[in-house]
Amino acid sequence: MIQLKVNGTAQSFNGAPEMPLLWYLRDILGLTGSKFGCGIGLCGACTVHVNGQATRSCVTTMQAAAGKEITTIEGLEKNGLHPVQKAWMQINVPQCGYCQVGQIMQAVALLNDKKQPTDQDIDDAMSGNICRCGTYQRIRAAIRSAAGEMS
Amino acid sequence: MRGIENVSRRRFLAGGMVAAGALILGVRYYPVLAADDELPHDTKADNATLHPSVYLGINPDGTVWIVAHRSEMGTTSRTTLPLIVADELDADWKRVKIEQAIGDKRYGDQNTDGSHSIRSCYNAMREAGATARFMLIQAAAQQWGVPAAECETNLHVVVHRSTSRRAGYGELANAAAKLPIPRRDQLKLKPKSAWWYIGKGQVSYDLEALVTGKAIYGMDARMDGMVYASVERPPVLGGKVKSYDDKEALKVPGVRQTVPIDPFKPPPAFQPLGGIAVIADNSWAAFQGRKKLNIAWDNGPNETYNSDAYKNELRATSHNPCKVVRIVGDTDAVFAKGGKVYEADYYVPLLAHAAMEPMVALADYKDGKATIWAPTQNPQGAQDTVAKELGIAKEDVICHVTLLGGGFGRKSKPDYVAEAAVLSKKMGRPVKVVWTREDDIKFDYYNAVASMYFKATLGANGKPTAWLQRSVFPPIPSIFDVNAVYGDAAHLQQGWTDIPYDLPNLRVENGPAKAHVRIGWLRSVANIYHGFGIQCFTDELAHAAGRDPLDYLLDLIGQPRTIDFKGVDYPNYGASMEAYPWETGRLRHVTELVAEKSDWGKRKHGKGTGVGIAAHKSFLTYVATVVEVEVNDQGEVRIPRVDVALDAGLVVNPEATRAQFEGAAVFGTSVARTGEITATKGVINQSNFQDYPVARINEVPAQTNVYIVDSDAPPAGVGEPGVPPFIAAFCNAIFAATGKRVRDLPITKLGLS
Repeated sequence: MIQLKVNGTAQSFNGAPEMPLLWYLRDILGLTGSKFGCGIGLCGACTVHVNGQATRSCVTTMQAAAGKEITTIEGLEKNGLHPVQKAWMQINVPQCGYCQVGQIMQAVALLNDKKQPTDQDIDDAMSGNICRCGTYQRIRAAIRSAAGEMS
Repeated sequence: MRGIENVSRRRFLAGGMVAAGALILGVRYYPVLAADDELPHDTKADNATLHPSVYLGINPDGTVWIVAHRSEMGTTSRTTLPLIVADELDADWKRVKIEQAIGDKRYGDQNTDGSHSIRSCYNAMREAGATARFMLIQAAAQQWGVPAAECETNLHVVVHRSTSRRAGYGELANAAAKLPIPRRDQLKLKPKSAWWYIGKGQVSYDLEALVTGKAIYGMDARMDGMVYASVERPPVLGGKVKSYDDKEALKVPGVRQTVPIDPFKPPPAFQPLGGIAVIADNSWAAFQGRKKLNIAWDNGPNETYNSDAYKNELRATSHNPCKVVRIVGDTDAVFAKGGKVYEADYYVPLLAHAAMEPMVALADYKDGKATIWAPTQNPQGAQDTVAKELGIAKEDVICHVTLLGGGFGRKSKPDYVAEAAVLSKKMGRPVKVVWTREDDIKFDYYNAVASMYFKATLGANGKPTAWLQRSVFPPIPSIFDVNAVYGDAAHLQQGWTDIPYDLPNLRVENGPAKAHVRIGWLRSVANIYHGFGIQCFTDELAHAAGRDPLDYLLDLIGQPRTIDFKGVDYPNYGASMEAYPWETGRLRHVTELVAEKSDWGKRKHGKGTGVGIAAHKSFLTYVATVVEVEVNDQGEVRIPRVDVALDAGLVVNPEATRAQFEGAAVFGTSVARTGEITATKGVINQSNFQDYPVARINEVPAQTNVYIVDSDAPPAGVGEPGVPPFIAAFCNAIFAATGKRVRDLPITKLGLS
């Protein structure tokens, strides 16, 4: 039996320990905000926080998640919107939106780590997250805007 | 094992699309439907008190329901079309609620492709809004006992001008509903000066849901009792299962059973490809079970297909006379005179869509009826395909449209929807088919591989005295007719027969190519290769002539005129030539505009830096792009800046339009840098983002500046037209920076590093 916390709630899982966290979140808990994009950690659509670190849930096994605190987009902010989400809306970042949850979770982790990221910091942190619609210019702007709000 | 029990009702679990924002509080994206609901599926608009059009309804509380009948994949169709209705209704956008239509022919065409949602629906949306406004004014005038001509509307109220009496739309809804629906000729559309939203735009209706994870895509659709399926498909197009062994697959925990899917009977069209489906309790178990299948395949005749050899065949074809599709003057006579000839071969490989959401569909077949939830650009096409596969009537297929995690043309082809329907019928319960990324890359409808041959002679001032161009590519009609080998008019028009240059001798040809994979529409389609070839060969000639590429391009476009397509099969993207003539002056204008905005010829470019320009019309929109590149000693290419000017006629949503052109530069970056699908023995070699890379944040233009020409011409397209000129301008910039000419895409073949 694997024990873990998801968005502050204790959960237990007795299925295959090699099952990726993404599919546990999506198919078993019904938390569908985290997306399936590639299944091999190359696109970042599945990004969640594991003990505060941005993590690709599609290549994180349930075994590896045991005992950890998982935060998904559904648990990012208990009341209202996180400043990064507000910035995403203010800059009107999303097009199709499918990758944006992963982008936001990655950006939140970046800003938790670096209050005032440089352009290079942004590229380094965000280059694992693909947006096929091509909203990168606005993602950069939104991260800069959120950094200003959060500082 | 279930941690959260939220699947207790036989209901589609779509309540999650409730956003917390004041604007859309409590609004469900979908009507909550049970799979066994009575037909037809009326919308909230249908059931509203005042319902003069299939597109809208108004209730006594003042709520305006507007039906979004086209699919949302990121271009804001779902917001911008209702915005036109709301404007003409003179409605307060904050009191508008949008509901998504199912596939239903009463809405007209719903295939959200070809960058024509606004163009094709602009008048219908305005008339829907104007009809309701007319009736509300009549109702108020009757109540007040005054002539309707003395009344006007002002943001959700009718006002009697002289007495300033006011009545809200909600309070008038009941009375208005009793009035006859006006004829079209009675409607008076609002003047431009009174527009609230058209030309000003609005952010996506779903914006908050998109940033909170509450938006429901096809991948998120769930139904009580559903099982998950992953399908092992024939690796070669047209292949069949010879035999299979599923013993090991069935041992995987969570796997329930395997189900064969019949191979298609040619032509493939939108039929399932066939193969073996693994049915399981969750997606991952289905994927794991599939890996344990042991299948022997009969690959069929496409096993001989090798993309390297095929490239040589296309090129060889293009070096001999082909079918003439447009001719001006006599190029042969000029070439026969001798003198220096400029020739070049250009090539673009197969391209995959790679939308972020892989194909996925949920189907529930019961009692002769199928209920579908799918991220489809084409719900009526899905109805047709599913009905045919299951042998039921089209009306018995209810196709709900979720949000799409990208589409780019792939989700116009409902093969994946048909798979879910076929499996649900066999299983007798709801089935969700989930494609992996590998499935998405290997079983796409690829943008055609194309080889192009150009030949020109130059005269005074370096201007071409004769210009010959031949393209050879497997055509899209090959998915519907296995014998189709020539380009059809609908795709030859895409930047090929409509080469806009003012030339005395022009010959445009197209040669035959047999398809060995499924060919399909991908954002910008044939314009991708045609625009690349023509605009880069133009740049080559400019340099050969010792001319500035901008001046040369303008010289070739010539003076403002309307192109005469007499004798050419030119469908004009389905629009009339009267409403949408091909005006070279508009192409010239955007070219001059982008040159001015980008300081063409004024910026200093050091070693390894350069700018390129290209102009291309597609989907009735005129676009010119300037790209700046930097190439360092390691051969790494950066794109510091892109400027793009466009004339799309009337632009309803400028903000969304800017976003589309920013995105087009990124999409074009992916095509040019790394876009390449190849095949060996009929099997696609690529599988995921490691071998089919798409552009990442550190590889894309640092800044894309978009300039929209203010125009009262009828609206044209904005989703696709940004891609083709970006690719050509980018490659021309690489030549300016390095002296190396890109003739084969992607640029990885150039050996810059």
